[in-house]
Amino acid sequence: MAIAVQGLQHWFGTGTNRRQVLQGIDCRVAAGEVVLLTGPSGCGKTTFLTLVGALRQVQQGSVQVLGEQLHGAQRGTRQQLRRRIGMIFQGHNLLRCLTAEQNVQMGSDLLPGLSYRARRDQAREWLRAVGLGDHLGHLPHDLSGGQKQRVAIARALAAKPQLLLADEPTAALDSQSGREVVDLLKDLALQQGCGVLMVTHDPRILDIADRLLQMEDGHLFAKPL
Amino acid sequence: MSPLQPLLRVLRSLWGGRGIPLAWLLLTRQPVRLAVALAGISFAGILMFMQLGFRDGLFDASVTIHRLFDTDLVLISPRSSSSVSMAGFPRRRLVQAMADPQVAGITPVHWNLLLWRNPKNLSTRSILALGFEPTDPLFTDPSLASKATVLNQRGRVLFDQQSRAEFGPVAEWFKAGRTVESEISGMRVRVAGLVSLGTSFGADGNLLTSSETFLGLMPNTPPGSIEVGLIRLKPGSDPAAVISRLKTSLPDDVTVLTKQGFIDFEQNYWRTSTSIGFIFTLGAGMGFVVGCVIVYQVLYSDVSDHLPEYATLMAMGYPLLTLLGVVAREGLLLAAFGYLPAYAAGQGLYALVRSATQLPVAMDTTRAVTVFTMILVMCMGSASLAMRRLADADPAEIF
Repeated sequence: MAIAVQGLQHWFGTGTNRRQVLQGIDCRVAAGEVVLLTGPSGCGKTTFLTLVGALRQVQQGSVQVLGEQLHGAQRGTRQQLRRRIGMIFQGHNLLRCLTAEQNVQMGSDLLPGLSYRARRDQAREWLRAVGLGDHLGHLPHDLSGGQKQRVAIARALAAKPQLLLADEPTAALDSQSGREVVDLLKDLALQQGCGVLMVTHDPRILDIADRLLQMEDGHLFAKPL
Repeated sequence: MSPLQPLLRVLRSLWGGRGIPLAWLLLTRQPVRLAVALAGISFAGILMFMQLGFRDGLFDASVTIHRLFDTDLVLISPRSSSSVSMAGFPRRRLVQAMADPQVAGITPVHWNLLLWRNPKNLSTRSILALGFEPTDPLFTDPSLASKATVLNQRGRVLFDQQSRAEFGPVAEWFKAGRTVESEISGMRVRVAGLVSLGTSFGADGNLLTSSETFLGLMPNTPPGSIEVGLIRLKPGSDPAAVISRLKTSLPDDVTVLTKQGFIDFEQNYWRTSTSIGFIFTLGAGMGFVVGCVIVYQVLYSDVSDHLPEYATLMAMGYPLLTLLGVVAREGLLLAAFGYLPAYAAGQGLYALVRSATQLPVAMDTTRAVTVFTMILVMCMGSASLAMRRLADADPAEIF
């Protein structure tokens, strides 16, 4: 089981400003499963994603990701766990000073025990896999939005993650490149056998999901396909 | 199997274990910011080189004459405070020192600043005059002994051709074969030869003369009083032992120093009794502060600009330590690349200063290392302050 969440609650703010954003969430995602999470903005989707992604301290409830309990986990444990989770952001968040190839290598550099050359070759292979084999030396500045997002996918996958989290990866893309990106994401993730949890507003890509989840006011519901 | 092979294997695995040179790329992919940072660091470095160079040069220049003496130990009066105010002590003390079995020879020296009249425009200026017995050894330079014989005649002086131009075209006239005569303290003297000594901090020019002539120029000197006594020791003797013997045997009206102690005595005066040391050290400190501000500004805005990217790296699972390392390496690179132009410019400016002022300013290893250390501290200190900004890189905020 890639993700096993039980009774997860989360609050923001303190004192009178304290506001509950997650009202007890139960959710499971198996390895190799593609789950899409939709819901109106401000309903807590992103908070949920950051908690599962070990980016935020869990306040209450049980969050098990890749066999690791995140409730009460130390900073170091969370950082180690993040190496096994690939993340794709709404903004591509590539490093501006690195070429496409170097950006992807920042992902493969996380793999232990490989020589520089091996990691670089892996980076190149991933870029070829996302169809950017002839853009290795381009800076993010010189790439289109869709190309940048594909570099970001290559970077996330280059670290050989067991779980992939994506936050609206198609939001900044037109329908065609958005389609290409999610297809690619699904294919490559399935090849790796890693689970995918994707937050999206985009109704055009719902068909790639094995399962749909809907979040509303901090509650999670299963939604028919 | 060659013994080098394990080493090579370690090097190869280190080389193979390297990652993307993030610090280097962060700096070099923003050439304008890099140029500003390097210019700032170099400027600070040059400022420190100049100020410390002037300071050391001035201290060095204060002992130009002191270094020349052919001596192991020096007697001076405890009332002397520096080369510009040397007090007298009884010459007997020097003769008493002869009694020590380790002492090979002595030279009594008269030392005072006298007024020299410029033979061309007749203006007067104070010059350092040393009076000694022409047959006694005075300087380590062996050529002096033959020149000194002309001093046996009363009213003759040897003029330092490195004296400043304000003393008149003495050397030029003398070399051209003219008879150069002038007045010292109202007495007529003739230049009987040239020596090459060098100006010092307290004296813009020097001249040597015999004790007899010297006392003629200074009729008020008490009989038997000298300002400096040189003591040469037999080869292989222990100067420290001789000093302690002399200190017990001689009364309190003399101070016994080694030659280095005599040099330190003079430098110490300029260091502690004048504001020179403070002024130039403060100048160097200003350079340091300016450099700190520039490097901090550059590194801080660099970290701020890349905050989302640093946060992304943390989200990918890079530990905070790696990111701190990136900033530290940026500081290190800035220090190294900012130092090189500062060093080169320092060399050039020292040459310029030497030719313009005759000050013995030169790049020495200690100062080169000092300035590099200051630049390193400057860059690493700024880097560690800029690192605090990294604490704001919250990977939870980038979704």
